[in-house]
Amino acid sequence: MKNTFIGTPMERREDLRFLRGRGEYVDDVAMPGLLYAVILRSSVAHGRLVSIDASAALKIPGVHAVITGRDMPGGPPIVPMRLQPLPEFKPFEQPVIAHDKVRYVGEPIAVVLATSVAIGEDALDVIDVKIDELPAVADWTVAQQNKSILFDKLGTNRSLVFESRKGDADAAFAKAPYVRRERLRTGRHYGLTMEPRGVMATWDDAKGKLTIYGAAKVPFFNRRILAAQINLPVEQIEMIENDVGGGYGARGEFYPEDFLIPFAARHVKRPVKWIEDRRENLMAMNHAREEEAILEVACERDGTLIAIRGDVHTDMGAYMRTNGAVGARNVCQFLPGPYRIPHVKIDSSLWMTNKTPVGTYRGPGRFEANFFLERMIDMIAEDLGIDRIEFRRKNLITAKEQPYKVATVQPTNAVDEYDSGDYPAALERALKEVNWPEVSKLQGKLIDGKYHGLGVVCFIEGGAAGPKETARIEANDDDTFSVYLGTTSVGQGVETVFAQIAADALEVPVDRIRHVYHGSTAYVSDGYGAYHSRSTVMGGSAVLDATNNFMAVLRQAAGKKLGCAESNITFDIDKVTAGDGRSLPLRTFAGLTAEGEFKNHKHTYSYGAHIAHVTVDARIGRIEIVDYVVVQDVGRAVNPLTLKGQVIGSLVQGLGGAVLEDLKYDENGQLLTGSLADYLLPIATDFPNLRCFVTDDHPSPINPLGAKGAGEGGIIAAGGCMANAVANALQSFGVQPRQLPLSPGYIWELVQAGQRKAAE
Amino acid sequence: MSTTFEVNGKQVTVDVEPRMTLADCLRHELRLTGTHVGCEHGVCGACTVLVNGEAVRSCLTLAVQAEGSQVTTVEGLSNDADLTPLQKSFRKHHALQCGFCTPGFITTAHALLTEEPDCDADRVREVLSGNICRCTGYIGIVEAVLDARQHYKK
Amino acid sequence: MKLPPFEYACPTSLNEAVALLVSHQGEAKPLAGGQSLMPMMAFRVAQPTLLVDLRKLNDLRGIRIGADGVRLGALVRWRDILDDKRLETAHPLLKAAISHVAHYQIRNRGTVGGSIAHADPAAEMPGICQACDAVISVIGKAGARQIKAKDFFQGALTTALEADEIVTEIHLPAWPATRRYDFQEFARRRGDFAMSGVALYYDLEGGKAANAHIGVIGVGDHARRLSKAEAVVNGNAVNEALAVKAGEAASAEVEPQDDIHASAAYRRSLTGTLVERALLAAMAR
Repeated sequence: MKNTFIGTPMERREDLRFLRGRGEYVDDVAMPGLLYAVILRSSVAHGRLVSIDASAALKIPGVHAVITGRDMPGGPPIVPMRLQPLPEFKPFEQPVIAHDKVRYVGEPIAVVLATSVAIGEDALDVIDVKIDELPAVADWTVAQQNKSILFDKLGTNRSLVFESRKGDADAAFAKAPYVRRERLRTGRHYGLTMEPRGVMATWDDAKGKLTIYGAAKVPFFNRRILAAQINLPVEQIEMIENDVGGGYGARGEFYPEDFLIPFAARHVKRPVKWIEDRRENLMAMNHAREEEAILEVACERDGTLIAIRGDVHTDMGAYMRTNGAVGARNVCQFLPGPYRIPHVKIDSSLWMTNKTPVGTYRGPGRFEANFFLERMIDMIAEDLGIDRIEFRRKNLITAKEQPYKVATVQPTNAVDEYDSGDYPAALERALKEVNWPEVSKLQGKLIDGKYHGLGVVCFIEGGAAGPKETARIEANDDDTFSVYLGTTSVGQGVETVFAQIAADALEVPVDRIRHVYHGSTAYVSDGYGAYHSRSTVMGGSAVLDATNNFMAVLRQAAGKKLGCAESNITFDIDKVTAGDGRSLPLRTFAGLTAEGEFKNHKHTYSYGAHIAHVTVDARIGRIEIVDYVVVQDVGRAVNPLTLKGQVIGSLVQGLGGAVLEDLKYDENGQLLTGSLADYLLPIATDFPNLRCFVTDDHPSPINPLGAKGAGEGGIIAAGGCMANAVANALQSFGVQPRQLPLSPGYIWELVQAGQRKAAE
Repeated sequence: MSTTFEVNGKQVTVDVEPRMTLADCLRHELRLTGTHVGCEHGVCGACTVLVNGEAVRSCLTLAVQAEGSQVTTVEGLSNDADLTPLQKSFRKHHALQCGFCTPGFITTAHALLTEEPDCDADRVREVLSGNICRCTGYIGIVEAVLDARQHYKK
Repeated sequence: MKLPPFEYACPTSLNEAVALLVSHQGEAKPLAGGQSLMPMMAFRVAQPTLLVDLRKLNDLRGIRIGADGVRLGALVRWRDILDDKRLETAHPLLKAAISHVAHYQIRNRGTVGGSIAHADPAAEMPGICQACDAVISVIGKAGARQIKAKDFFQGALTTALEADEIVTEIHLPAWPATRRYDFQEFARRRGDFAMSGVALYYDLEGGKAANAHIGVIGVGDHARRLSKAEAVVNGNAVNEALAVKAGEAASAEVEPQDDIHASAAYRRSLTGTLVERALLAAMAR
């Protein structure tokens, strides 16, 4: 049978357990003899750790042990970087526990092991920690002064500068007819997950084996890190992925706790479970997005873009985390976005500050880049008297220019190109969906006390990071198949999507794929994981390879059993048949398995446009969305139902970052947003009027599925779009937002400033 | 302290410290892990259960306060044989992704639809504003609840 | 964020409840809905040694409406107020304000007594109490007493309650059918604490406003009436020009704070805008 499960909006298998409350997240897993770990974290942002006195804590009944860096022979191991692991970054990597200095509020200082979490928290209150405080480095401008240095021996708070280059920007600027310079910034926020993090570890002393529950995102990589830190062969560590309550880039990287908990389990020879609470999560899960850009854009008088140059400064927090450099690298490589800018010269500095360390969050560096450039485009277009839609049409990369080379980044020698696509067509589609000729008449108009504005932006989304992914197909004893993935689930629906891919490849009904197993290290020989919107492309393509390999071993085994040539064997749904008609049911071959892989060094580029129609109550700074349209081309949609879910979900996260979410620190490095009453997440009443249109007009040429990673497109353009919409609405005040989030107070201040200026 | 109450139609007696929340009691003493803990300070709604038919935040309720009450969790709103109409509607409208917030939405929606089967979209959004979802962006959830109204009308 | 350890009691009479509070010499706290107290304990900023659960004190439930106004038992929940159709005419301003309180699940548990005893500067109920000259009945070891709203709310999370006192009732004076009123607040999201909120009413005497009461929440350390803004309104016909003037007076009168959600300058301006808009809305009813 020739299947078409790929492309079908199938309902998800995962839902059957999630809807009944039968998901198994790491805190749902019980274990006899469990001790609970509670982490003592620094309440000081910067200082020398002088002493830790846990004697009072150890007297509390139920407190089993208090572990510090002194319990680690040779000192606490370091967490190495996974992406862009440059030698320059090494001195800035984080020890798994503080030992001589603390560098951010939230840094682990000690681990209490107790018979309940409540008792463990009681113990935290009586552990006496002495810290000699040092001046806090509160933001990148303070870091730049190099007066208070986080890593004393290094003499600088800047860990690296990425250089993004294309063409000859200085020469281009020298003769450009028009140059616009701006300073813009995006506020600190993060990929908060509804399920906080958790790790449970058991140590089998007899076998010398560690089993870790709660793995996510990149378990194979994390296993290698842990093995090196804890001095065990990789084969003696098993990572098990339970159900995962969201990832968004933040969960699943190797954090200090990913060493501390297994270490504790082996240290006390009892199972240990740590479940992060929300107060911790705000100060311990990777932060993101805080970047400031000082940019110049050069163009012709007719709006043709010529060059972009400038500096971007990323507030990295206190340490270089496993994937901490990605945002800073992406912002300078992809600042031009989907636009044709022949000359690029951007330096991206990474500054260490006394804040929670930074990692990736959906669309890392791309959300920021989109805000920076799209704001500048609107401002330039207005200045030159050019219609901002025309400006974009003129400068969007066209289909015949694909593949399109982007700027090269050093020192990593990152060379990249966009793969395929008709970027102007996506813009036209978005304009059509909002009925641009009609709705554009409302721009800047005051109706019923509110100003109407429209934001129009375009984006690209990079996906399918390599180098490789693996999958395995196995025949079961009931004429069905199981699929095992090296990629992981963060809630996106891999069990359904991969069943569709496997069913199509094997040409069987989708219910013949009994289950799709993901994440755990026992399932495949080596895997990579879910990040950079890669699972469908990389994992899906690996599944295709695995099914090819499986069919080969099936024909070989069947040929032997049926005593005929392999080439005479056919497989149809649940049986293999020889040329003479004799057949055997699939279950005869229960246990037969084959792996597959897909190697890839190129990225896919999904793309599209956002249009927002907002109203602004200028007197109080309140924004409401009247209509918001996203158009995104994904190359090939495997499951349109889940894909739309990714676009809308990603979009609402982006709107949160555009309007609500803001991790605030004071000048002493104290985190002021310490609860969900202060860190504001989007709720159901905030953004009700959202529409998305997913197209697959331009498959990616770089993978057999033709798919493109598409989970991040919704978030990438949300900041730029909302800011442009607000500027458009408040044009009569001359308002130009230059930072995110667009809080009511900030909008009000811009209006006030505009009114004062008009009065002069 | 010993406390007796009904959970999903069955009477239970637990012996817990006063400081144990109903959420933790359900999850760890009674092994009903469908109720999830997302914040422990009464904002996210993942821990929502029904107490005497009313949706409450079980992280802000002490287990001992449940004495004599009827508590319903997501497990009590489910059966093995099939998904309920509300659950089917969630599935049809792709109203969940990672599933962590989902039990809180199911209990809250069930309470709302039981009391107000004629609620409109604004009311649905207003009631659901006490539950945070980070994955879906809410559009599918609101559609699912609206579509499920037909099954609650008399 | 597990709760710190405490003892727990669930008395069956008010006298028993008071005695329990006395026995822990200021370290015990009454527990009503717990929607404000539990989060504080989860963050360990409140660590009472004893919680006195009031849930068996059924005399404290009940909304009594009579000629002298509306009497809310301390354990009346937000949902009880929203469900009580009589209040649409007996006290529409109360109803309007309470519809902004928190969220669905919280409204099923949170109580009026708990809210005013907690006295968050941005909570709606203290604003209603101040705006409407409520009288609050309490009981403690020294017996029962009545406290006027303006004496009850003293500062951020600070009231006139002694450690052994429990709120028993909130009395809102009778509400004439011809009264003009409005409630306006602006919060970051639905159900969040207001960055500023206004509860106001006035009566009409010969076409002019009289007896204006303008209460503000979310600005300064506790809800309060704005007497200067009220003075601008009293004796005048309410129209757009007056609304603007009253708004400006309110802006000048408040003493706003800076916090992570809003600056003092913004709050000042917001308050003025909300007073102006609330007056216009009240006029248009």
